[in-house]
Amino acid sequence: MSLLEINGLTRRFGGLIAVNDFNIDLGEHELVALIGPNGAGKTTVFNLISGFYQPSEGSIKLKGKDTKGLRPHQVTALGVARTFQGIRLWGEMHVLDNIRIAQHYRLGYSLLDCFLRTKNYVHREKAIDAIAWELLEAMDLKDVAYELPRNLPYGVQRRVEIARAMSVKPSLLLLDEPAAGLNSSDVEGLIKLVRWIYDNFPVTIWMIEHQMKVVMSLCTRIKVIDFGTTIADGSPDEIQKNHAVIKAYLGDDTI
Amino acid sequence: MQKHTVTIGVFALIALIAVLAQFNVLDAYYVSVLMFMGVNIILATSLNLVNGYMGEFSCGHGGFMCVGAYVSSLCTVLMFSKNAILGAPLLPPSMTFIGFPLALLVGSFAAAIAGLVVAIPSFKTRGDYLAIITLAANYIVISAINNMEIIGGPRGFMGMSATEVGMKSVLDIPWVLIFTMLGTLGSVWLLRRFVSSTLGKGVSAISQDEIAAEIMSVDTNRMKLIAFMLSSGLAGLAGGLYAHILGYVNPQSFDIMRSTEIMVMVYLGGMGSLSGAALAAVLFTVLMEALRFLDVWKWVVIPLLLILLMQFRPEGLMGNKELADLFPKLRKFYSFK
Repeated sequence: MSLLEINGLTRRFGGLIAVNDFNIDLGEHELVALIGPNGAGKTTVFNLISGFYQPSEGSIKLKGKDTKGLRPHQVTALGVARTFQGIRLWGEMHVLDNIRIAQHYRLGYSLLDCFLRTKNYVHREKAIDAIAWELLEAMDLKDVAYELPRNLPYGVQRRVEIARAMSVKPSLLLLDEPAAGLNSSDVEGLIKLVRWIYDNFPVTIWMIEHQMKVVMSLCTRIKVIDFGTTIADGSPDEIQKNHAVIKAYLGDDTI
Repeated sequence: MQKHTVTIGVFALIALIAVLAQFNVLDAYYVSVLMFMGVNIILATSLNLVNGYMGEFSCGHGGFMCVGAYVSSLCTVLMFSKNAILGAPLLPPSMTFIGFPLALLVGSFAAAIAGLVVAIPSFKTRGDYLAIITLAANYIVISAINNMEIIGGPRGFMGMSATEVGMKSVLDIPWVLIFTMLGTLGSVWLLRRFVSSTLGKGVSAISQDEIAAEIMSVDTNRMKLIAFMLSSGLAGLAGGLYAHILGYVNPQSFDIMRSTEIMVMVYLGGMGSLSGAALAAVLFTVLMEALRFLDVWKWVVIPLLLILLMQFRPEGLMGNKELADLFPKLRKFYSFK
C-alpha cells in the first residue's frame, strides 16, 4: 500500500487555481523533490496535505485513510511532520521544550493525571524526555538543549526545526525549502543531515527546494509543477533534459 | 528533603497564621487583608494563565469571579441560612464543613462553564477581537445579575455569614481564613502543575506561534478550552471565597474595575510568571491598604506607578521568569511541584 496517494487534487482561491489536478503516489521510504518556479503552488500542496487548506476537489489519502475534514494536528498524528519556509520555532522556549511539545499527540496522559502527578504521568513524561534527548544527541544538538532558538545561528535553528519534526516520529516528512537562507557550508551540512535521516529512520522525505545541488544530490525522484499543473515527473537525469522544465524555468526561445 | 520543604513550609505558615488569628495576635483587620491577599493571588495567577502563558488579552476576569461568587453563595445560603426562596435552612450547621467546600467547588464549576462563552469564540478569534468578547462576557454576567430580582438584583445578596457562624458553632477557629489559604495554595499548585507539564506547555506554544503549534500536533482548540476553563474556574473559586469573607456581594464589585485591577496585578508581576503574579498580588494588596490615607488620590498614585513601571520595566517585575530562575540558589532549598 502506498504511503501517500493524491488524486486529482485541485485548490482554488477565488478565481485563481493554485493547484490543478495534482497526482502523486509515494511509497514507504522514498526521497522525493517537488520543484517549480516561484508561485507554482508547491507550498499550497504541502498546506493541503497538512490540513491547513481543504481541497476544492480531489482526495488525499494517507496510509489509505482519507484526510478530508481533519484538522492539522490530526493529520500530524497520522504521521506527517513538516518544516516551514521561514523558521517557525517557539522562540521563547528552550530547544528541549520545543522538541518535547511536538510529541503532544502521544502524551498518553490526561489533564487529571497532570494535576495529580499520577504514575502514568511520571512514566510518560520520562518517556517524552528520553525521546527528546535521544534526538538531540543524534542530531548533534545536545549542547544547545537549554538555549532559546532565537539566540542560535540560522543553520542550527534549521536543524532544531528538523529535529522537532522528527520527534513526531513521522512516516512522511515534508521539508519546505530547507536550504533557504543557508550558506554553502550549512547546505553541505543539511544534505548530510537529510541523507542521515533517510538512512536511519523509516521515513519518506518529500522536499520543496530551489537549490538544485540539494535536489540532485539527494532525491531519486522529482516532480515539477508550474501554475499549479504538473509539467514533469521523473528521475533527476530525466528532469534535467526535459524541455517543458527548461521552458518553465528559462522561458521559451521562440519569440 | 528539598522535595518537601515547600510543602512543609507552606503548611507551617498556614498553621501559624491560623493560630495567630485565633489568639487575636493578628486582629480582624490584618486577617481580612490576608484573606483578600489570598483571593488576589488566585485571581492574578489564574488570569496569568490566559494573559501571560497563552498571550491572549482577557479583560473580563471579574465576570467569572462574579459567577463563582453568586453560585457558591446561593448554595450556602440555601443550605445554611434563612432565605427568601426556601425559608428555613435545608441542613443543620454541623454540615457546613462539607457544604462550604462543596459550594465553592460548585461555584468554580459554574464559572468554568461560563468560561465557555469566551473559550468557544477563541477557536476562531484572537487578539483584540477576543479581548472585546471577554469584555462583553463581563458585561453579560453583571447585567444578568442586576436583572435577577430573586437574588437581590443591584442591591446585592447576603446571608453567607451563616456558613461561618455554623462552622464556628462546632469549633471556634477562623474557618474562612483557613479555607482561603488552602484555596490559594490549591490554585497555585494546580496552575504550577499544569504549566510545568508538557501538556501545559502547549499553551505557551500557542502564544508563541499558533500555526506551528497546530502543525506540531498540539490540539489548539483543546488547549484553549482547558486554559480558559481552568482560568475562569479558579476565578470562580476566588469569587466564592470573596463572597464568604465579606458575607455580602453585589454585582458592581465584579465589574470592569475589578477586571482591570486583576490585569494590573498580572502586568505588574510579569506575564508568564506564576511567582511574579503571586508576588504582585501581595504587593498590590499591601499597596492598596498602605495608601488608604490618600483616599481617592490612591487611584491617581497607583495608575501612575503602573505608567512608570511600563516605562522602565515593561516586562513586569519578574518578566517571564520564576523565582527559582532569578535566584538559582533557591533550588537547593526547594522544588515546587
